[in-house]
Amino acid sequence: MFSWDLLANAVVAGVLLGGFYAAVSLGVSLTFGLLDVVNIAHPAFVILGSYAAYAMNSSFGLDPILTGMLLTPLFYVLGAAVYQVYYASFERRGEESLRGLVFFFGLLFIIEVSLSLTYGVDYRLVEAPYIGKSIELGGVGVAVRLLVPFAVGLAMTLALHLFLSRTFYGRAIKAVSQDRLALRLMGANPVRIKTIAFGIGIAAASLSGALLVTIAPVVPSTDRDYIGRVFAIAVLGGLGSIGGTLVAAIILGVAESLMATFFGPSWSLAVSFGILLLALAVRPTGLFGR
Amino acid sequence: MVRTGGGLLVSLAVIVGGILLASLRVNLYFYFAGYVVLQYVVVATAWNILGGYAGYVNFGTSAFFALGAYTAIFLIEAFRAPLPVLILAGGLVSGLLGLGIGYLTLRLKGVFFSIATLALSVVLQTLIMNWDYVGGAKGVTVIRPGSPLFGNWVRLLFTVMVGLAVAAVTVAWIIERSWVGRGLRALRDSEEAAECMGVPTLRLKLFATTISGFLLGVAGAPFPYYVTYVEPSSAFNLDYAVNALAMPMIGGTTTWIGPVIGAVLLGTAQQVATVTISSELNLLIVGVVLVAFVVLAPEGIVGLVRRPRGR
Amino acid sequence: MVGGRLEVEGLTKRFGGFTALNGVSLDVKSGERFGLIGPNGSGKTTLINCVSGALSTDGGRIRFEGRDITAIPAHQRTRLGVVRSFQIPKPFISMTVLENLVIPLEYAAGARAERADCAAEAMDILRTIGLESKAHTRPAGLTQIEMRKLELARAMAAKPKLLISDEAMAGLSSGEVDDILTILFRLNERGITIIMIEHIMRAVMRFSERIIVLDAGEPIAEGTPNEIVRNSAVEKAYLGE
Repeated sequence: MFSWDLLANAVVAGVLLGGFYAAVSLGVSLTFGLLDVVNIAHPAFVILGSYAAYAMNSSFGLDPILTGMLLTPLFYVLGAAVYQVYYASFERRGEESLRGLVFFFGLLFIIEVSLSLTYGVDYRLVEAPYIGKSIELGGVGVAVRLLVPFAVGLAMTLALHLFLSRTFYGRAIKAVSQDRLALRLMGANPVRIKTIAFGIGIAAASLSGALLVTIAPVVPSTDRDYIGRVFAIAVLGGLGSIGGTLVAAIILGVAESLMATFFGPSWSLAVSFGILLLALAVRPTGLFGR
Repeated sequence: MVRTGGGLLVSLAVIVGGILLASLRVNLYFYFAGYVVLQYVVVATAWNILGGYAGYVNFGTSAFFALGAYTAIFLIEAFRAPLPVLILAGGLVSGLLGLGIGYLTLRLKGVFFSIATLALSVVLQTLIMNWDYVGGAKGVTVIRPGSPLFGNWVRLLFTVMVGLAVAAVTVAWIIERSWVGRGLRALRDSEEAAECMGVPTLRLKLFATTISGFLLGVAGAPFPYYVTYVEPSSAFNLDYAVNALAMPMIGGTTTWIGPVIGAVLLGTAQQVATVTISSELNLLIVGVVLVAFVVLAPEGIVGLVRRPRGR
Repeated sequence: MVGGRLEVEGLTKRFGGFTALNGVSLDVKSGERFGLIGPNGSGKTTLINCVSGALSTDGGRIRFEGRDITAIPAHQRTRLGVVRSFQIPKPFISMTVLENLVIPLEYAAGARAERADCAAEAMDILRTIGLESKAHTRPAGLTQIEMRKLELARAMAAKPKLLISDEAMAGLSSGEVDDILTILFRLNERGITIIMIEHIMRAVMRFSERIIVLDAGEPIAEGTPNEIVRNSAVEKAYLGE
């Protein structure tokens, strides 16, 4: 049965979800879109961020999102280290594409299984004052646990956009993807720039993981649900376009939310992968492609 | 010709050996574990025909495997079809899916192809989860018909898997030595140059995806009778996808023996680890070994043996 | 009879809103040494990608030896005798130099016979081009000039009637340029029609019997090397107004 209320609720929830999806995908837009590094393990780092937030929350009662922010330097270092291994093993030898892909696939698997070994396969959730509350916005009930991640996601998108367009390192990252000569003229070392970008990508992943665990409980294998989502969003958003990422994330969020409301939640995951397949087959350069 | 004859003889010997083993009636667990290892020989070999020879990395191995398994479930539910029919049908349906992803290679190269196969796997899993006739998300219990050959289903399935493994490896062996194999190798190195040198790249890719899909479906078709209870999450298990690429990567992707070595080593290690340690830990080992190999020994064990001093 | 005549008629190619080739026509005669020049981005590479079949066309016709090849896939054009070499060499890196040549011998030259014969023939080609000492090394171990020679040798193994040489000399020393030119002259003497795309003017002028100049996707001049040198439109295109 169709009802306008249901539709309005689904759309609002979808938009909020989209803001969060943008946060999850930013790292991929950066590393895959701009650097051509196919970090398929990105969602595993997201879940690692979720568990870090969960661990601090359950042991010390720290706010999950605050924890996520505090832990970003740590994940930045982790990301930079992963890129160094990747660079030394694959990029420098010029055989990055396939073996590099397998490398990240193996990394995803290692992170996931390590989490299973440490925390088991039960659902884990966090506690924070805003979880479970809901406010009324123009006749539509909005869960605060969705609203906060949405706001943080928007802030992250804006911050990354400003970083890429206004700072020296941000512009250097963009230059890496487009014009190596310009980069050399700027006096920047591409490997160093890519290390920084990769570190930022992983830091963003960990923070979005903290958002994830406030929205819904996680298990180690939750990362698999996000592989399709993040790559669908990155491809749809036009690989490397930060604004495009946000728009694509909201489209996906709304599509999933509508699907879940009107056809049942078991179909919603297929939406993202279906959109991804379609995007890949029809327009590999995305909606806002270069 | 001598070498082909020799290969045939070896294949026959392995099959006869398998039948003998099955009639030996050692501890049933041996057949149970052996089945899994052999199944991985088929899966790894099938993956390698596309991934190793043609250079197209398939992350959706589980989808092809599961499609074979679910084709079998459908035929069992609908017609009580006999095992050989299940295997053939499972292979054909997965082969058809393989042909489909073959056409994807027209637009999607490298990484994009891999991501698409992963996406395909999730879409298929969702479809199966919402298809109640084959059990939906809850899964389905399969009843084995009575009185099989060798007096026991596990022994029968083990023998069947011996035959399938031999068949799969033989197919890979033949492809590798033929002009098809050389063409695939050329397109793996450079698709553009291969096409310009007269290699019909599309046709060869379609061939590789179809054969690879067929063999993966074949590997999955006996699965329902092996486990007797199938749910989407077990048939679409990501472990298949990881093992399917880890085994050839560890063994070596350029020759038929690589996936066999990888499957036997890694498969056996996992079977032993599952019993003695825990199934989670053995998966961790797979992941670590995989990453270690792609970083340190890009040409796998075969490469290590061939050039002990490295480059 | 000498073959290899290529007729291109009103060839158009667009990328999105950008027109890379705008109704280009040319007629390369059998056995001719034909030069194709133009500033960067003038559409030279796009043109040969369309002729070799790497790109589809948005209009116009391509005929080879009187047969319309506009719509057939690249590998079939190769089998008919339209063979190109790449500006940036694309060797089969997992194979030895010799094996690199066996692929076109097997696939394009229709010699899907005994491998031993292919290997012997590949060795012959390597000898004529002066690469026989490297037959059993992998391309990764080759120098720049050897890489270019491999690219040409592999194209020769495809038994071309028309060879399109895409900047085979970029980045080489003048002695090395002469080396490659000698090879191309020799191929032409055997009756192979050759289209040379080149930035090194000295080489194109010496090699070509006839030259066409592309600018912004359109031919702006055509003639003998001497006529081209004196053409003011060409000067403008290269040096700006």
